[in-house]
Amino acid sequence: MKYMLLIYGNEENWEAVPPEEFAEILRRTDALNQELFESGELVGAYGVGDQLTAKMVRVDEGVVAVTDGPYAEAKEYLGSFTIVDCESLDRALEIAAQNPASRYWGIEVRPLMHEANPDM
Amino acid sequence: MSPAPHSTHSGGPADRPGAGVSVDGWLEVRRLVPEVLGSLVRRYGHFDACEDAVQEALLAASTQWPVEGRPRSPKAWLLTVARRRLTDHLRAEESRRRREEQGAVEPATSAGPSGDDTLTLLFLCCHPSLSAPSQLALTLRAVAGLTTAEIARAFLVPEATMAQRISRAKQRIKAAGATFRLPPEPDRTERLQVVLQVLYLLFNEGYTATSGPDLLRPDLTAEAIRLARALLRLVPDDGEVAGLLALMLLTDARRPARTDADGALVSLAEQDRGSWDRDAIAEGVALVTGSLASKPVGPYQLQAAIAAVHDEAARAEDTDWPQILALYGLLERVAPSPMVTLNRAVAIAMVQGPEAGLDLVVTVDVDSHHVASVRAHLLEMQGDLDAARVAYRHAARLTTSIPERRHLLSRATHLMSLRDRSGDVRP
Repeated sequence: MKYMLLIYGNEENWEAVPPEEFAEILRRTDALNQELFESGELVGAYGVGDQLTAKMVRVDEGVVAVTDGPYAEAKEYLGSFTIVDCESLDRALEIAAQNPASRYWGIEVRPLMHEANPDM
Repeated sequence: MSPAPHSTHSGGPADRPGAGVSVDGWLEVRRLVPEVLGSLVRRYGHFDACEDAVQEALLAASTQWPVEGRPRSPKAWLLTVARRRLTDHLRAEESRRRREEQGAVEPATSAGPSGDDTLTLLFLCCHPSLSAPSQLALTLRAVAGLTTAEIARAFLVPEATMAQRISRAKQRIKAAGATFRLPPEPDRTERLQVVLQVLYLLFNEGYTATSGPDLLRPDLTAEAIRLARALLRLVPDDGEVAGLLALMLLTDARRPARTDADGALVSLAEQDRGSWDRDAIAEGVALVTGSLASKPVGPYQLQAAIAAVHDEAARAEDTDWPQILALYGLLERVAPSPMVTLNRAVAIAMVQGPEAGLDLVVTVDVDSHHVASVRAHLLEMQGDLDAARVAYRHAARLTTSIPERRHLLSRATHLMSLRDRSGDVRP
């Protein structure tokens, strides 16, 4: 089963962590990702570009319009996500708990829609 | 640490193994894999290195044979190439080890009759120390002879992820101290259960994958059936092996009717039974009948028997529901699970009416899409269309299967249109 691990936050949240501590979080995240790669469970791990770099694409009657933003009013936005392919929900939750971000911002775990459903 | 040799082959012609060799021809080649691998491991030990070497030989065959022609003896060719790769690798390892001044070379394991190699490999690949995804991946490579790229495509993950999963699985088997021999008799029944589980999981992975780029994905259902057949040849006296193969055949027989032209799921009651595969049904019925007569009856045999009762009904309304209900009663005693209780609830509803079914569903204390969709179905039978619609929508939100979600939402929409047509405007 594939799961998506999502980390949300905002500038205030990220900057509240002292730089050396933030560097340590990144270092430990890299180490965890390496471990997940070696176990064959890592599909991909990505940091998401800042909100300032986001574009919105809309097609209206065949006309493509690209605008900057959305500068969402949301208090928190997607900062990074990881996709793992592992044995069970329990294992996905265990992986989330190993991620240092779970001690700062929390990690949302969502199953990905699947082609197959073994217990059907 | 062995750098996964297969990862260097991605994207090349080896990405489509057997291109230029006919599909049947390539299947024949893949059938040789457990034999070739078995004879290497029996001679040299080092299951992990031998498995890599056979994979490399297979990839070499897939690029060379279309150009140079197929060798007279494909098996001898694969064995020679794999042995060469293996000895190169072992020599390099040996000199590395000598440099590091470590002795201890893994001794070659005891020789056994080569006919048992496939069985021994199955036991090894389905080792209990591995997670289910790893068991599936390793079985597909070492026993079914698929390439890492093909397996990665079947499970929709990057090739590097799959290569790593296989290599880690082999490390784990080694660390668990498993050797290339059949498990001792007292463990064998239990270990065989794991093998059956892995094959059934493989079957389901393939059977329920009704959408997506099918053309590029190897047919896991066919692989599972092929491996179950091979297993039955090796363990002909085990009723559960026959039961599992029968269950696969009787389920797969309905595949042509299981989805409509748009790829949407069609429920069993609404399937066009004329398009079911009669040969597969006959074979499955014969297998399960034979196994029920003489052996202690296990869960696969019972599930196969239930599938057989469905498959033998010419029309949905001809289904022998009392028989199915009795079989689910037996199954619940042999292998109780919420899924079995849910299925028994459907059978009870068909025999005694939806209320009896709903009473049983209430006892299943799990909030899964299975429970919600059975509740929805029984509420619909009962005529409580509003409650059924809510339950179908709830089930759709809980499932992570794309085709099933579509199916459940279309049921909800269908009930909505029935209600609108009847002029019932309850909120």
